[in-house]
Amino acid sequence: MAAVFIDRALVPSSTGDELPTGDVPHMTQLPFWRRYVFSQDHKVVGIQYTLTGFLFMLLGFIVMMVIRWQLAYPAQPIPLIGGFLGVANAPGGIMLPEFYNQLGAMHGTIMVFLGVVPVAVGGFGNYLVPLQIGAGDMAFPKLNMASYWLYFCGGLLMLASFFAPGGAAQSGWTSYPPLAVIAPGQTIWLVGMVFLITSSLLGSVNTIVTVVQLRARGLGWMRLPFFVWAQFVTAFLLLLAFPPLEAAASMQLMDRLANTSFFMPSGLVFSGQKLTVAGGGNPLLWQHLFWFLAHPEVYVLILPAMGIVAEVITNNTRKPLWGYRALVVSALCIGFMSLTVWAHHMFMTGMGTTMSTFFQVTTMLISIPSVVILAVLILSLWGGSIRFTIPMLFALAFLPMFGIGGLTGLPLGLAPTDLHLHDTYYVIGHFHYVVAPGTIFALFAGVYYWFPKVTGRALSNRLGQLHFWGSLICMNIMFMPMFIQGLGGMNRRMYDGGLQYAHNQPLLKWNLVIGMAAWTLGLFQLPFIVNLFSSSRRGTLVDRNPWQATTLEWLAPSPPGHGNFESEPVAYRGPYEYSVPESDTDFTPQFSREARP
Amino acid sequence: MEIPYSVRVRPDTGFTNGQLATWLFLASEAMLFGGVFSSYVILRAGAEHWPTGTLNIWTASVNTVVLMASSVTMSRASMSLKQGRWAVYRRFFVATAILAVVFLGIKSFEYAEHLSRGEYPSVNNALAVYYTLTGLHALHIVGGLIVMLYLLGPGARLHGTNPGLFTNRVANTGLYWQFVDIVWLCVFVMLYLL
Repeated sequence: MAAVFIDRALVPSSTGDELPTGDVPHMTQLPFWRRYVFSQDHKVVGIQYTLTGFLFMLLGFIVMMVIRWQLAYPAQPIPLIGGFLGVANAPGGIMLPEFYNQLGAMHGTIMVFLGVVPVAVGGFGNYLVPLQIGAGDMAFPKLNMASYWLYFCGGLLMLASFFAPGGAAQSGWTSYPPLAVIAPGQTIWLVGMVFLITSSLLGSVNTIVTVVQLRARGLGWMRLPFFVWAQFVTAFLLLLAFPPLEAAASMQLMDRLANTSFFMPSGLVFSGQKLTVAGGGNPLLWQHLFWFLAHPEVYVLILPAMGIVAEVITNNTRKPLWGYRALVVSALCIGFMSLTVWAHHMFMTGMGTTMSTFFQVTTMLISIPSVVILAVLILSLWGGSIRFTIPMLFALAFLPMFGIGGLTGLPLGLAPTDLHLHDTYYVIGHFHYVVAPGTIFALFAGVYYWFPKVTGRALSNRLGQLHFWGSLICMNIMFMPMFIQGLGGMNRRMYDGGLQYAHNQPLLKWNLVIGMAAWTLGLFQLPFIVNLFSSSRRGTLVDRNPWQATTLEWLAPSPPGHGNFESEPVAYRGPYEYSVPESDTDFTPQFSREARP
Repeated sequence: MEIPYSVRVRPDTGFTNGQLATWLFLASEAMLFGGVFSSYVILRAGAEHWPTGTLNIWTASVNTVVLMASSVTMSRASMSLKQGRWAVYRRFFVATAILAVVFLGIKSFEYAEHLSRGEYPSVNNALAVYYTLTGLHALHIVGGLIVMLYLLGPGARLHGTNPGLFTNRVANTGLYWQFVDIVWLCVFVMLYLL
């Protein structure tokens, strides 16, 4: 085991764990900018992450709506914003192919690295993990603050790249060389990624240490809420999978700035001219290093979502989670195995059948724990007295939507079928089902569920219904036709939506349908935004446990003050003791002292 | 807000927060260097011709001795501090920082020599790997040096207010320093000797 540097006998007890007063003064003594801007309180940092992440998601969404316009109405001026895009991007409001490529690359980058992961991990993780384990804050408040501001700078840098000469990155969010080494915009993207990777490193170290070290008295590992387990495994993935991408980003930066040839093969010709690089590099090396991060990243996107859904489902079925141990073991299995499946993104690269076989097998294996988790969540519904609250609606919708996303992934994980489907709209449909009506729905569920804890007020039910049903219907009209297009062979990343290919002609009509659904989906997000702002000021006031839930965060006041709990929280039981026989209420919180009946 | 276990070990986990964080950070660092080392292996194994003999083994050997010596001084420093021998700690800690500066000096001499011969990273991938790997390692030396200077300068005040936390910080810096030395050994063997 790690060397224990501190021998108890050598540390005088007077220097115990109390920090000197004045190091981190009490909230109320702090000036405004340290309380709300450069705050070290995990709750403020969590809210900062959530709001910034949702803003970026909105931006990525607007980017997507512009993309869908180009696909539905190729070579027609973009309405409303077309005139503001500039002559270099859209002369006369008509989008240029180079600008289309920038939007494609940046939609992916913004959604994954600046939107969903920061909300799921930085936002929900930061706010809830200390509360659910009964801690006063994260283990390293200053690192926590630094992590947010590094993320913020990385995000600003990515946005600023749109205004740089040559525009933003335009080689896809995957940044495959040699194209990414030659194309403009990539340097800022790489530097931005270094900021984001550093931010996520600080965040993941902080989360792991917090969970290991700061659990409340009585809170053993198998009494942790599943949400905490999900965040714990996610943090390990971020910790171990991101650094190889940082290595790869450094090498791509060297290729761009110092003219090296890490990823540049010999004899490369560009626009009829031989490139003046030494050559001898290996473009596939980038793909290996990139997917070594980016496949675990998929589980970074999905595990916190599963954590949120598990919390919401148990609370709204009023019965214990069916198969808590199976859930925990599956999450751990997913964590380990997600580091061994990356090259299933590379069946088309000619890396050889031995490699393909290996990665097919691991890919099929990792679907087992994923299916176990989904099965546990579905079986947990059985025999429950379900409350159809707004968070529950989103959590219930998550199950079939993630199911569709997961099952459509199987043909992509098998090389023979992937050869046909690779780089078609089928792939787009598949991973969007996982991330959009999957993860983002879970994030919505989480927002509706924990909003009363964060603000002390409830969100409006009526606006929530509108948001939920509109989003559910539009998402399906958007993504389902993509499977049809993909199976028909329509390629992704087509500037004109695939207009010039004969085999695409019967599929083009779907572009219009998808576009309409996308723009309508945008409209249905308005009730959510209105709800957030109006309810935070005028929503119904609630007490500290409005959902009658069992985990420790509901012991704290709503909103929790600095230091979270008024007295030291103690866990007396497991996380999900609902409807205990012969109990007076249908929920027995972890912090409830009364003996088991 | 006071954070528990920043000074004392949590009995059931056997760690202070800082120790655990340092080990996790080093795990992440191992993956970072692992990424560069495996890229090196893949590029070199796939190359038709890999130029050897350009690197200066002598300066690298001297640097290896310098870093190994700094390993010893660093562990003596954190040991002495734990035993409460402040003056001894200062002496060894300053010695470590000086050895780090010596290492960087020899390294920049080595770079200057290569550059003056026209051996830029763009010439071939052997040089590209050389500059990237040693550069990344040198950045880690610089990082460690900054932490050491901080702990010798403004950071030393913590010793007066919270000696336990200060001792932990020095111990964790030592842990990081040993890791950076081990990485150098790998660099020396795989890049210069092979």
